Amino acid sequence: MKKFVDLHLQPSIKDLTQVKNMINLASELGYHMIGITLPPNVKQAIVKQLQNICNNIKIDLVTRVDLSPKTPRELLHNLSRFRRKFEVISVICTSKAVARQAAKDRRVDLLSFPSTNPRKRFFDHAEAELASKALSSLEIDMAPLISLKSFQRIRLLSSLRKEVEIAKKFDVPVTISSGATNTHLIRGPYDYAAIAVLFDMAMPLALRALSETPLTIVKRNREKLSPNFVAPGIHIIRRKNCCPNA
Amino acid sequence: MSKRMRKRYLAFRVASEQSTSKRDVADAVWNAILKLFGEYGASQTHLALIEYNQEKRWGIIRCSHRTVEMVRAAVASITEINEKPVTIYVLGVSGTLKALKRKVSP
Repeated sequence: MKKFVDLHLQPSIKDLTQVKNMINLASELGYHMIGITLPPNVKQAIVKQLQNICNNIKIDLVTRVDLSPKTPRELLHNLSRFRRKFEVISVICTSKAVARQAAKDRRVDLLSFPSTNPRKRFFDHAEAELASKALSSLEIDMAPLISLKSFQRIRLLSSLRKEVEIAKKFDVPVTISSGATNTHLIRGPYDYAAIAVLFDMAMPLALRALSETPLTIVKRNREKLSPNFVAPGIHIIRRKNCCPNA
Repeated sequence: MSKRMRKRYLAFRVASEQSTSKRDVADAVWNAILKLFGEYGASQTHLALIEYNQEKRWGIIRCSHRTVEMVRAAVASITEINEKPVTIYVLGVSGTLKALKRKVSP
């Protein structure tokens, strides 16, 4: 059975009832793991509180931060500050320079292009080539597709179709997330996969974008954040004086 | 000789603060399909709302097996009925009503 992941829930952290409702609904709809966007300066107590809620509902919580830098320099600064604090880092690419920097930096997990204006979506061939060499994945939020109407939705579908085709060509992994800010924008994983078919993503690829791809990102990052990690493939298996009788 | 159409049954739950009638739900699903796929696409779905419990807000849609994804996408894109926010969740899909009801008890 597939383990589905929604890496992008955006509830208001101050409203714990809303957070609880969204987590409950995600669990009911068949998600095993959810990522909640947290403010960069979030207090550890709030993270603990969220973790307790998720433990009670029996769903795995992933801490995530959305960086929205104005310049590549600001992005590098933010990455060095927050990489070890959050399990998933997403960069909202609002300019071409930021998009290029984010695509080539291995500390970035997800590339997000929120604009519905095709001129402001910077996922082109050059971006995909950089992203394929690093480890970043293209994130597609479904909330705008559900909430937008008529021409705006048509334009977004057309942009997404182009981006998915480029991602396929350059082997850039695609992640599908909800991007939901309230319970009305959350749908089940198979519903999202059916919507993804609208922008020519084949069903198996869409299901992979909702399960294996995000799971791989989280697994990789949790491994890196573990105190026993040294470098890829190198782990500490025993420390000096850990076994006094040996 | 033409082959008999293979059907699929989709169970769904309506989440909204107001009560919605069977007619409202059927109109919303048809409108969503028309918006996303046009009249040509809608004609291929062989869609019918065959059951809806207004109290439990639970219903069953029948469609052709080739258009399950289309219907699912259309149902997922519904955000309002009578200008009030509504979400429709597909609970399960099956080839027979009996199996669907066994799979998704309301």
